[in-house]
Amino acid sequence: MKQIWIIAKRELNSYFFSPVAYVFLVIFLLLMGFFTFMMGSFFGRGQANLLSFFTWHPWLYMFLVPSVGMRLWAEEQKQGTLELLFTMPLTMGQAILGKFLAGWIFLALGLLLTFPMILTVFYLGNPDGGPILTGYLGSLLLAGAYLAIASLTSACTRNQVISFITSLVICLLLVLVGFPPVTNLLLKWGAPNGLIDFAASLSVFFHFESMQRGVLDFRDLLYFASLIFFALFATGVVLKNRRS
Amino acid sequence: MIQVENLEKRFGRIHAVRSVSFSVQKGDVLGFLGPNGAGKSTSMRMITGFLPPSGGKVTIGGFDIEEQPEDAKRLFGYLPENAPLYPDMTVEAFLRFACAVKGLPADQQEQSVETAIATCHLEKVRHQLIDTLSKGYRHRTCFAQAILGDPPILILDEPTDGLDPNQKHEMRQLIKTMGQTKAIIVSTHILEEVEAICNRVIIIDRGQLVFNGTPAELLAKAPETGRVIVKASNADFPALEKALSALPSAHKVMLLGQQGAKLRLAVEPKHGADGLAAQVARKLCELKVEFEELHTDSGRLDEVFRNLTSSDNSTEASK
Repeated sequence: MKQIWIIAKRELNSYFFSPVAYVFLVIFLLLMGFFTFMMGSFFGRGQANLLSFFTWHPWLYMFLVPSVGMRLWAEEQKQGTLELLFTMPLTMGQAILGKFLAGWIFLALGLLLTFPMILTVFYLGNPDGGPILTGYLGSLLLAGAYLAIASLTSACTRNQVISFITSLVICLLLVLVGFPPVTNLLLKWGAPNGLIDFAASLSVFFHFESMQRGVLDFRDLLYFASLIFFALFATGVVLKNRRS
Repeated sequence: MIQVENLEKRFGRIHAVRSVSFSVQKGDVLGFLGPNGAGKSTSMRMITGFLPPSGGKVTIGGFDIEEQPEDAKRLFGYLPENAPLYPDMTVEAFLRFACAVKGLPADQQEQSVETAIATCHLEKVRHQLIDTLSKGYRHRTCFAQAILGDPPILILDEPTDGLDPNQKHEMRQLIKTMGQTKAIIVSTHILEEVEAICNRVIIIDRGQLVFNGTPAELLAKAPETGRVIVKASNADFPALEKALSALPSAHKVMLLGQQGAKLRLAVEPKHGADGLAAQVARKLCELKVEFEELHTDSGRLDEVFRNLTSSDNSTEASK
């Protein structure tokens, strides 16, 4: 546990050391605000909730999260510091978790800074706190899932751009897999209904959607947890194989 | 302290390291030599547990590097090739981080960092970003990381690479001093380094171990070792050759060069014979030959190195 935190702390420091963190946070908040108020017509809806805020998260995170996660391993491999790290008394699991945690804490901080949204709805109306809370939890889990995928693609390459693009595409697929363009395609190929349902159930979009409405389903939590676990485990496998 | 048994590494069809075995004890400074691409760095990466070997076994202080990696890794400090570092950290922050990852007790970390900074002369740059350091400082920072917590084993991949002559000298002195109480592996392709700091040498060529012994044993393999070189000013070669060849320890006499009446010649010893230089000196005095120079050739490492490590035609021909 201590080792995980040491790695996470170093990683977090390096986010804040460069302008990356500040640029990211500013853009994150600007985009969140723009999409909620302008694209989501927050005021036009006349509802005291954050649906028009959360609904954009799966799309915005698609770009924002890979930009946080792309450097996690690609940079270590490029600088050669991976050799330093893995010849110190530290397990690979600790290193992977530490780095993931750093990225997640950073994203959580960005999410935390959207608190004016909450203040706004409470000022304007009398919203239900439950969906806001589960919405934030869902958003954090969603960011974690995307980040774990970015960690995996980052382990596959020493090039940050490649890592960014591939994780973006994977996240896009994870969203689209439950949408008609994909399900219809599967239907046209004659896939059985069971398979189509299964594919649709893999989409992050629907798992997140129920949480925005205030439904805290164990299956949704399990979905995000297993997605994160799987991607981090795969990160370990990739890192191990790339060395041999 | 370090046991390497039949270490093997294959990368696909490339057989990078073939059955390399050796051991290093406390008090040893082992020079790990070989041409570029011979498998030195690959071997070191396997010894330090970064690369999994395709075969064989590495034990460090009794711990198998594959079975008990954390215990084994606590025992050594490692300076990887090209001294990789985190460019966005200051020297001091980096050393503190390394201390923490190495799991040094909290109350010793401060002291370890100070000692490492002092030993490697990093005081001037301790608050500077690693990104802005010169190559020499970067290298020393990475070396400082390796000696944090005074580990009983040091594994150094080209420790003097990128240092200026003064820094090189200092680094060698440091390694030599530390070698008295630690087990050290130093990879290098600089041969003077071996003579300067190592008490044991192994040479690896195309993945295979081709020599394992002391620097003196290595030197003895040089064809010139033990030759007595004479520069005489008033003698004619045939007479001198006859007289010197008759010496009890002499094998044969060769003319190396001639300038007017000045001769430069080499007397080769018989196998295992000694006292040749004294015999030659006595004979020359007896013959009233004036000489400006008389010394025993100690051989050159680069000659041996070339003979051991390359077998392409050009060197075959020059043998």
